Formats: sequence, structure tokens, C-alpha cells
Amino acid sequence: MRIDVKKTYKLFIGGEFPRSESGRSYEVYDAKGNFLANPALASRKDLRDAVVSSRGAAEKWEKTSAFNRSQILYRVAEVMQGRAEQFVSEIIAQEGLTKSQAKKQVEKAIDLWVWYSGWCDKIATIYGATNPVSGSFYNFTIPEPLGVVGVFAGGGDSLLDLVHGIAPVLAGGNVAITLANQNFPLSAITLSEVFATSDLPAGVVNVLTGKHSELASWVASHMDIDGIDGSGLDSQVYESVRLAGTDNLKRIKKFSSTQSPERILAFMESKTVWHPIGI
Amino acid sequence: MNFEYSPAPESIAIVDIKPEYNLFIGGKFVSSKGGKRFESINPANEEVLSHITQGTSADVDRAVKAATEAYKKIWSKMSGAERGKYLFRIARILQERAREFAVLESMDNGKPIRETRDTDIPLAAAHFFYHAGWADKLEYAGVGDKPKPHGVVGQIIPWNFPLLMLAWKVAPALATGNTVVLKPAETTSLTALLFAEVCQQAELPSGVVNIVTGDGKTGELIVNHPGVNKIAFTGSTEVGKLIARSVVGTKKALTLELGGKGANIIFEDAPIDETVEGVINGIYFNQGHVCCAGSRLLVQENIKEELLEKLKRRMSMIRVGDPLDKNTDLGAINSRAQLTKIRELADSGEAEGAQRWSPECSLPNKGFWFPPTFFTSVSQAHRIAREEIFGPVLSVITFRTPSEAIEKANNTPYGLSAGIWTDKGSRILWTAQRLKAGVVWANTFNKFDPASPFGGYKESGWGREGGRHGLAAYLRGEH
Repeated sequence: MRIDVKKTYKLFIGGEFPRSESGRSYEVYDAKGNFLANPALASRKDLRDAVVSSRGAAEKWEKTSAFNRSQILYRVAEVMQGRAEQFVSEIIAQEGLTKSQAKKQVEKAIDLWVWYSGWCDKIATIYGATNPVSGSFYNFTIPEPLGVVGVFAGGGDSLLDLVHGIAPVLAGGNVAITLANQNFPLSAITLSEVFATSDLPAGVVNVLTGKHSELASWVASHMDIDGIDGSGLDSQVYESVRLAGTDNLKRIKKFSSTQSPERILAFMESKTVWHPIGI
Repeated sequence: MNFEYSPAPESIAIVDIKPEYNLFIGGKFVSSKGGKRFESINPANEEVLSHITQGTSADVDRAVKAATEAYKKIWSKMSGAERGKYLFRIARILQERAREFAVLESMDNGKPIRETRDTDIPLAAAHFFYHAGWADKLEYAGVGDKPKPHGVVGQIIPWNFPLLMLAWKVAPALATGNTVVLKPAETTSLTALLFAEVCQQAELPSGVVNIVTGDGKTGELIVNHPGVNKIAFTGSTEVGKLIARSVVGTKKALTLELGGKGANIIFEDAPIDETVEGVINGIYFNQGHVCCAGSRLLVQENIKEELLEKLKRRMSMIRVGDPLDKNTDLGAINSRAQLTKIRELADSGEAEGAQRWSPECSLPNKGFWFPPTFFTSVSQAHRIAREEIFGPVLSVITFRTPSEAIEKANNTPYGLSAGIWTDKGSRILWTAQRLKAGVVWANTFNKFDPASPFGGYKESGWGREGGRHGLAAYLRGEH
């Protein structure tokens, strides 16, 4: 009889899979109450490390052409498809869904990722503008990424909610620090393995597993994070994040599971450029 | 030969300032419930212009009730086309009474008549015209095909462009079907109160626009009133953060236009004479009381001496004095408090080792005045390089390479505006792309237009005003 080789579930920072520097972990149980895994319990220092990595990646990702970003994100969907079975079995274990329900969620998640990947080189066309100002000036407005966005993944559908959170952030040219749902961390960890084996540059997505109740206040008060998608936070924690986030006027939003360019635009800023017309 | 200009003052006969003003609530001027009056003075001579009412909690409550009733019974039921007609009427009346507004604004604010006449008032009218045309086209505003207004909007505006900031706020709010409770800044309430008369002349339904005067305490009452659905604020980053904190736990929408420390970047190939004009316009327009002012001059090291020589010569020609004189370039500082703040920051510049320069100019004995000033030997750590001075004070910093210019320009928690001066098109776009600022002026500065979105990155604010982007901030809707 062969003994299975079990996986250690770790963080994903800067393209690598470190343990928490704190050495902490926590226990996760499956839907039936059996032990499932000891994922890392991310510390404040892990978050700081993630932010340093994200800030470095942000500059590069923002400058990557929209067409190229779109291709890279599509590549992520390709690799997700290849990992479909692994996602399905983890969803079954974590959420207690049937195989067909789990399969449906994975398919939806991949299709949603593809949908957002196509937005990269269209968002500025639809939501930018040339503005007919009076006077002899050429004037245009373009949406630009904020930089580093913290994503608190929702808790309903472990994989689909991750995609709802991460994909629009990346499509807008931002980088994401993903705070995995604490009860369903396996989907987030497997998704990091997808990121690591796609062409996504290191640091464009960092994934921390741990307790939202701890991580929320650290993310909210970190002065080098520009925005937060708080969709996965309960309303009391979300309001405390809004409060702490005012120190650097973070853009903080919360969404129901909507598929909309609104989620991309929520973490973009409009820049308007003027230039005189003349000879 | 004497080339001095003779005084050319604009007549004040056109304005009729009442000795005291009530609040404008429900279409009428009504007296306050318990509010005291405070003096509003002309900052150019410290003479008392009028007495303004300090709006109380009961007053704000009445105003919100009037706005709510007007929203429910009239304004939200009216078609966009009909709403638009009221905005067109207001735009026309502002144009008809433009000179009266210009003179009153100069007296109340201290800014030169040349600016109120040529910039503030025409742009205010243009904002109503522009938004009037949006009122029946909201399904094209980019927030889905069923856009809805927020309801009652609380608006708090600053003293640097009193009527223009009112127009930036009121025009899009009304076009989108919201009703308004607006508080002008306590030192500059007069044109807002004259605007109330314009609303009456335009027969705007009662309660659609309510104006409650007062200081920050009145503003706080508006922000915290449970009947207000959205807040739009223009002012300091410090107060903006307080407002952002106070809406936590509520469903109130919030847009903020806050402070700035704009970098005006001069590359070595810039057309030098145009650039000097742009630098002057960037920092000395409106006494430097401009959130998007080009208050940090980033000049490429090899042209610094030449640029500063020309800048000194040009600054010597700036005429400081009577705001109502048609030849005046730089008027009065808006208040004693602001003058104190400018002096304190300028003194800190000297104390921290920067060198101060101002042209010789005689300042009037009465009123609040500060000469056009620049500082050299400024380090990025100096307060005058980091803090918003909101006065006619420029900090000169040098750079060697384009990437150093970007790094220095972005080295601030603010992100409102920036300027670029160069002859090379590709360098303009390269620089514009890298600047973390909401408005970038290339080979120009301080241009504004109702069609052009305005607003900041980072701690300079949330949201945009103007253009489709600004309109969308007054609408709720799914994309």
C-alpha cells in the first residue's frame, strides 16, 4: 500500500511559497468536520512583505501593454482549466458541494476570468474620453490603475468569489494582495499555483491565508495599499476597515457577486491631460 | 518717462450688498432659528461688507426637510428635459448679471476683477449650460440605462472660487435630479446668497436649492444629518479625512476635492518665455489660493539660472493691489487666518535653510497682502516642499534626468495636478503617463472647463467633477 504525499499549504508572496514568518498556522476542517489542512496563519510582517513585493510588481504590471496583460490573464484561464479537477475536489471537500455543483462553479470561475481578461484593452476605450473644451486645447481622460489593492475574497463560492475579486483588479492594471477566505483557503492556494505557473509576473498577485479579523485592520491601516475590495468582510469589520482606511484615503468598495466593469473601474483613477493646439 | 498705469477701478455701483443676510431655505430668505450673525469683510481693506447668519442645527434640519420635500414632490418627478430648462435659465441669468457677480466676488474674496470677470463668472455660467444639456441624456452617462439620483446632496464649498465652486457642485447635482443643501465658506458667502436670488428669478421650484451659511460647525451639521444621501466637499485634505470618517457606518455617498502640491516640471528644451508665463499662471493665479496650483517648480538643473532670471523679471511686473483695479494681477489674501498660515510656512522655509525672493512691491496698508514669492535651495524634506501653502509662494527644486523629475513630482501624498513644459511630444506623453496626478497640463497650466473631469489621485480626493466622469458621481446605477 502506498502512502499519499500530502501538501503543505503555504503563502504566495513574490512568486514564491513561503511559510508565515511567524511560524503560525491554523486548522481547517472539511464540510463534514474532518481535518483538512494546516494553512499558514499570515502575520502583520507577512502582509508588509507582501506589500513590498506588490509595490515592486505594480510598476511593471501597469506598464505592461493592455494587450499583453490581456494575453497573460487569458493564459491564467488556460492553466486553471488544466487544474479543473483539483479545484473541483477541493471545493467538494471545503464546501460540501456535489461533484456537478463544484464542477459548475469551476467552469463559471474560468469563464469569468476569461471575461475580465478581455477587458484589459477595452476599459480605456469605453470609460476614457476626449473632452471638447472651449479654447484651443486637446483634452483627453484615461482611466489608470491605483496600484496595490487588497482583496478580501467572499465566502460563498470559494473559487468563484476569488475570481470576482482578483480578476477585475488585474484587468485594470492593478496588483492584488489576496486575503483568502479563512474557511476555504485551499482554492486560493491552488489558484496561487496557477498564477505561479502562468506568465503572471511575480508579485502581481500575492496570497495570504489567515484570519480576516486580524488581517483586515493591518490591511486597512497600511499606508502603501491604495484600495480595498472588502466584499468578503462582514459588515462590522468592513466599516472598521473603511474607518482605518481614511488615513490615506484608500478607495474601499464592497460588491455583491456582480460581473461588471464597475468592479474594474472601482480601483482606477481618471487622469485628464490638456495640451494646446497650435503651429 | 513714466510708464506707470493710472488707477482703473471697476465701479461698485452695480452691487447692492444688504447689511445682513438670512438663510435661503425652501425658496425664501428666512431668519435663523437661534443663529447669530458674523461679519463678512472685504479682505482688501478690512471693511465690513455685511453680516452673515451662522446656520444652526434647526436651520440645517429645516433645509434638509425642504430639500427632501422638493426632491420627492417635484424634482425627482420632473422630466430631465424640463429640469434642464431651469439650468439653462440659471446659466442665462448668470451671464446677464455677470458684471454684478464679478464685482461682488472681487469685493468678498479679494481676487482681481480681471479674474472674476474673465474666469470665475463665465466658467460658472458655462457649468450650468454644460450640465443643462446632460439632464435629459443621463442614460448615456456610463452608469447603466436606469441611472437614479441620490436624493438630497449636502455640498460644502471653499472660499477660493466661491461662485465657481458652487456651480461645479450645484449644476451636476440638479441636472441629475438631486436637490441641494449648500454651505458656502464663511468668508465668502455673498455670491452664493446672490445666486439664491438667481434661483428665485429662474423660478426654480422651492427647496431644490437651499443655502445655509455658517462656519465649519454648520458644515459638520450638514455632513452628519441623516436626511442627506450624498456629500460633496471641496477643501483641505485634513477636513476631507474627517468627513470620510464621519460617513463610515452610513450609506452616504461621498466625493472629495482636496489639497495638492502640484509639480510644474520644466525640461531643458521648454520654450522659455511661454514657460515663464505658465509658471506665473501656475502659482500666482488667484493669489495661489488654488488646490491645483503649480506650487513646486521642478526645473532641469542646466536651465535653472536662465529660468529664474526671467522669472524674476516677470515677477517684478506683477501688479499687486486693489482687486477692483482692472490692471491688478495679484489681489488680497482671503483672510487674516490664511495670511498668518502663509507667513508661518514662508518663515519655516527660511528657518529650514531655503532662500526667499520677492520683487520689490509696495503693499497696501490695510487688508491682507503677501507679495509674490519664490524659494530656492529647497530640499524635498522642507515643509514648503511638502505642505500646501495656498498662497503666492513657489518652491524651486531642480532635477537632472526625466526619471528624477518623475520621482520628485510623485514624492507627495497629494496627486491633484502637474505641469509639463517641453518641446518634445513624446516626452510630454511619457511624463504624463508616469505622473500620479488627476489633471496634467502640458505646455499650459490652470485651465478649467465644464467638459473636463477634474479631481485627484491619492490624498487629493475621491471622484471627479466635470465631464461625464463628474456627472456620474451624482448618479446611482449599475454599469
